[in-house]
Amino acid sequence: METLNQLALGFSVAFTPVNLMWCLVGTTLGTAIGVLPGLGPALTIALLLPITYQVAPEASFILFAGIYYGAMYGGSTTSILLNTPGESATIVTALEGNRMARSGRGGAALATSAIGSFVAGTLGTLGVAFLAPVVVKFALAFGPAEYFSLMVLAFITVSAVLGSSSVRGLTSLFIGFVIGMIGVDLQTGQPRFTFGMSELLDGVDVIIVAVGLFAVGETLYMASRRYAGKDEIVPLKGSLYMTAAEWGRSWKAWLRGAAIGFPIGAMPAGGAEIPTFLSYAIEKKLSKHKDEFGTVGAIEGVAGPEAANNASAAGVLVPMLTLGLPTSATAAIMLSAFQSYGINPGPLLLTTQANLVWGLIASLFIANVILVILNLPLIGLWVRLLKIPAPQLYAGILVFATVGTYGISQSPIDLVILYLLGAAGFLMRRFDFPTAPVIIGMILGPLAETQFRRAMTISNGDWSVFYTHKLSLTLLTLAFIGLLGPHIWAYIEHQRRRGPEHVPGDA
Amino acid sequence: MSTSDQQAPPPRLAVPELLIGVGLLACAAAVAWQTLAIPVSPLYSKVGPTVFPYITMTGMVILSLLLIVAALRGGWQPEEEKETPTDWKAMGFVVAGLVANLLLIQPLGFTAASVIMFVLICHGFGSRHPLRDALLGLILALAAYFGFAKALGVNIGAGFIENQLNTVINAIIGIVRG
Repeated sequence: METLNQLALGFSVAFTPVNLMWCLVGTTLGTAIGVLPGLGPALTIALLLPITYQVAPEASFILFAGIYYGAMYGGSTTSILLNTPGESATIVTALEGNRMARSGRGGAALATSAIGSFVAGTLGTLGVAFLAPVVVKFALAFGPAEYFSLMVLAFITVSAVLGSSSVRGLTSLFIGFVIGMIGVDLQTGQPRFTFGMSELLDGVDVIIVAVGLFAVGETLYMASRRYAGKDEIVPLKGSLYMTAAEWGRSWKAWLRGAAIGFPIGAMPAGGAEIPTFLSYAIEKKLSKHKDEFGTVGAIEGVAGPEAANNASAAGVLVPMLTLGLPTSATAAIMLSAFQSYGINPGPLLLTTQANLVWGLIASLFIANVILVILNLPLIGLWVRLLKIPAPQLYAGILVFATVGTYGISQSPIDLVILYLLGAAGFLMRRFDFPTAPVIIGMILGPLAETQFRRAMTISNGDWSVFYTHKLSLTLLTLAFIGLLGPHIWAYIEHQRRRGPEHVPGDA
Repeated sequence: MSTSDQQAPPPRLAVPELLIGVGLLACAAAVAWQTLAIPVSPLYSKVGPTVFPYITMTGMVILSLLLIVAALRGGWQPEEEKETPTDWKAMGFVVAGLVANLLLIQPLGFTAASVIMFVLICHGFGSRHPLRDALLGLILALAAYFGFAKALGVNIGAGFIENQLNTVINAIIGIVRG
């Protein structure tokens, strides 16, 4: 019941004309940047961070949340019509969705993904509303040692467990740690990693890192790959109305997708890749139309993963709001927006900032309604955005990148750092290093260090706090299993498979 | 003697990946150098400001060694990436645009520098209409300056173009107000 009362409070915050306007601006902008290749929610929210100096926290978080949800809707349009997954989470949508578009059923693919996103986004947001207070009760028992261990677990899952290589993921994470440590150490006042430059005393702004990696790095990468050939836009054919049979095949997939996506998103691991791939595999297995998978495109293969994607995006908000634990680049940048207001997300956030949190959750319900309207009847508008030619698109992105970076302190040094990070971003993209762990490491690293030092101060320098507290030990063990488990398992498999070949007269 | 030698071709050293591994090792060295430069007060000797940097440095050394090993075993670059030749000319124009922006933003102001960057990047991406691009870049830069920057309360400094336009705008406001 308490949740319902709080939600009522939230709706009273979100339904003010000004906040509805922010929600509309956020969802529209979010859809646009989701559609445009090369722009994502993390970059957009980073560029808009200065707005936190101008408006109330409720307004900017409603704006950011609208962008966050909107980018999911827009991203699926691009994957279906262009087959260029804007974000890793929409790779699976492109698999079947683009095939459907090519066989003339693009309209139905767009409809099932938009309505599925709405269903799963709404269920996911309900999940946030009801799960967050439960997690808070649990989290109140956390001490600094438990927080530190939880962050270690999150570090391992976001960088080592997800993604193609744990070594490269961890490398990105550690680069993020180094960037996060630049500047004055808040506990002792000592400057760290400043190379004697006074410009670095305040640290490197997250805007510069996000813009460098996502805008400059991406532009360099796209320029370098002009020989790779272009993707063509599949013209939108077929009506947006789904037939009764298509509804029948979609709705179960939506619900299954939401049921897979939300819990995985809500775990302190995050990431939308695993739930979308899992949902795809399940739909393929359960489908009565297996012949359509990989040929003309199966609607379940769009509906399920799209729902899983949106539900997990909602799930990510649970550890973010209740534990201050961001598990995606976008969530990490939203966390830095909280810091910019002097608010520390954590178990107390739901009570001390009830208006903000519940207003945000309520606005997510509204955002879903606005988004399904924006993305179905107005789909033609977004398809036109896809036709912006690459030269002007990327040049324009860099103009905005300059505003965002140079505007921080009008210092050319910031531009130099931006371009160095852009070069690093290019190399990371080229050599398959994930970029999100850099942002997460940079934001969450200093928080982990604070908890670590707090725990060690309380224990008077005794390291055993991390393994004598049961909860902390459990979390660290999980992290350890996450890091080494897959490697040990692969090694055993490898040994078992090559075992028999080696036995006869090998030595 | 092992028979498996015939099946798998001997792994080839991957030079770009090796350079990345070595580069990361160099970064770890820089971290070590900067960590040693952090003065430690005995008051904080238990968990001072250097504990995390040392942990980070250790992690980076281990990771860079693992990357170097992977490079010696043939690297990890996806086939698709290897097969696509890098378009150095396009990248060159993008880099030229960025450098021009960096050098010109203070003397000429944001808008003028952005227009030059815009044209160079468009050229890099294959656009062959420099005048049209310059016009587009001008519109976009002014929109960014007067819309985005002013709305966010960001100050990006004014150059020649911005000053002229500000003068015009102020004059118009003056006329309207009588």
